[in-house]
Amino acid sequence: MNRTHQLLVGTACVVLLGLFSFTAPFLVNDYIVRVMTVMCINAILVLSMGLTNGFTGVFSLGQVGFVAVGAYVSGVLSLPAAAKAAYLPNLPGWIAAINLGFFSSTIVAGLICVLLAFLVGRPLMRLSGHFVSVATLGFLIIVNNVLINADDYTRGARTFTGVPRDTTLLWAMGWLVATIVVLARIVYSPKGRAWRAVREDTIAAQAIGIDVLPVRLSAFVIGAFFAGVGGSLFGHYIGSFSPASFFFAYTFSLISMLVIGGMESMTGAVLGVVVVSLLSEVLRNLERGFNLGFITFPPLYGASQIALGIILILIMIFRPSGVVGDRELSFGRIVALTRSNRKGVN
Amino acid sequence: MSIELYIAQQLINAISLGSLYALVAIGLSLIFGILRMANFAHGDMMMVGAFATVVLQWVGFDFGWAVVGGIAVGALAGVLVERVAYRPVRGAPEVTMLLTSFAVTYILENLGILIFTSSPRNFPLPDWLNSAFQLSDGQITFTQINILTVVLTTVALAALGWFVTRTDVGLGMRAAAEDMPAAHLVGLDVNRLIIVAFAIASGFAGLAGVLWSAQSGVVDPHMGFTPLLKAFVGAIIGGFGSIPGAVIGGYLLGALEICIVAFLPSQVSPYRDAIVFALLIAFLLFRPNGLMKRTQEVKL
Repeated sequence: MNRTHQLLVGTACVVLLGLFSFTAPFLVNDYIVRVMTVMCINAILVLSMGLTNGFTGVFSLGQVGFVAVGAYVSGVLSLPAAAKAAYLPNLPGWIAAINLGFFSSTIVAGLICVLLAFLVGRPLMRLSGHFVSVATLGFLIIVNNVLINADDYTRGARTFTGVPRDTTLLWAMGWLVATIVVLARIVYSPKGRAWRAVREDTIAAQAIGIDVLPVRLSAFVIGAFFAGVGGSLFGHYIGSFSPASFFFAYTFSLISMLVIGGMESMTGAVLGVVVVSLLSEVLRNLERGFNLGFITFPPLYGASQIALGIILILIMIFRPSGVVGDRELSFGRIVALTRSNRKGVN
Repeated sequence: MSIELYIAQQLINAISLGSLYALVAIGLSLIFGILRMANFAHGDMMMVGAFATVVLQWVGFDFGWAVVGGIAVGALAGVLVERVAYRPVRGAPEVTMLLTSFAVTYILENLGILIFTSSPRNFPLPDWLNSAFQLSDGQITFTQINILTVVLTTVALAALGWFVTRTDVGLGMRAAAEDMPAAHLVGLDVNRLIIVAFAIASGFAGLAGVLWSAQSGVVDPHMGFTPLLKAFVGAIIGGFGSIPGAVIGGYLLGALEICIVAFLPSQVSPYRDAIVFALLIAFLLFRPNGLMKRTQEVKL
């Protein structure tokens, strides 16, 4: 296929998405915009999680630790001076003096996560199987424990509040598109092939000269950058959060999105986010109790999570590689589709 | 207070806490040994056991029978979970089993919320358990619950030790842990062994849940989670899959936690969980087979 055509379709997609994100707040109600924004943020996080957990086959339970770091770092950096003085009076002077905008604090948050992932990943990425899952879970608990106790920086277990609520649908969508473009370039490059080779057979990968540790580490570090970015978006979206926002409940919902969609595919990750988010919204509304005319269902709080858990188990039993498996709705396929339609064949 | 008495007091606390960790860690290790599965839902059997004990007391059973019933309900829940959720994914990749157990936790905790709401409930105790002993003019205190914990843990450990070394089913369980296909090959009923393993593991967790609630005075749907994570640490320190390892790991962890709180400066002790999990990571890196287990490849 020719390159200009590809570029054309790509630009058209981006422009359409941009236009849609820009106009959506005027066209549909707030609730739908909220759901879509959260979906975009979750999609970034699930995609970032998919790098290690899906493509490299190192099942990390610690991704939310990076999300937390991203949210807190960007939150501290972009907190308005007045809020800083009120909420974080003991902040060291040089940090208090920094006041970054939304975009730059997001980038800094991502970079700090990269640094942290490098330090944590160097030892942890040596582990495999359950052991890496348990060790990364340990990382999540350590992050949570430190956030709760580092009162001067985080307000401890209390709510960290006053973060400017800058994340609009346009921002979230923009970051999502950037994430997809960057990650797709990496995943479907020789580098990404090395990730998958390491996942499929570590020993065979070593035999053909792939050094396993740096390969796994690169996936972990890149994933951490986008997790930090997603964390910053999350923080700037809800404006106030606490260490408990970034713990097991969130880990579980991100993992179920990734696994239900199919963790060996980026399409699967995004699809999983859409399916699980829509399902949770519907179930959450049903859970408050509903009336079927002749019979009234009482509110059953917790029922939506139970349903999600059951769906996850069914997926694990009947379709362990998720809804789409390792297939992708690739850009090439879209391009080919438009071309073949134009020519009128097939 | 003299330093000897202070240490004696902390020793009592450490044994009491370590007993609980050991009880939970044994179950984790037992199941990991046989199925190679990190069972995240194991902690919820504590919750099931504790809630069952509370409900049985509500309907009029006295404490002793309610505890027995609670343990039985915990064991039954474990067997049920194995049958419904784990058996279909048996032999699947590790991640599939791990996620299944994750989903089971999520279901059980939310079931707990659905039935009992998420706010903690009072755990009723009979009067004879509510008193405390004091020695050396009140410088050392231990409660009846501490004694009950140690006694019941000792009895349970002794019974388990007898079971796995002296009975056919127990020996079969160890054989299955050693080499599942070979156990199958020599005609052991592996399904039955696994059911027994889950019943024992979950019963132990149920007992731990009752004792945990008796110490804290409350039950709530999330109560199993923290002890579960600690039990993971204990089981891995001891050697994941080894029963004696789990016991030793559980007690060591209990002692370590009490030491952190009792002897480290107050700026450091809030970081207890971070220290414990950093230790876990260190073990995974430098001694992944723990203290008690033979070498097995887990690293690159």
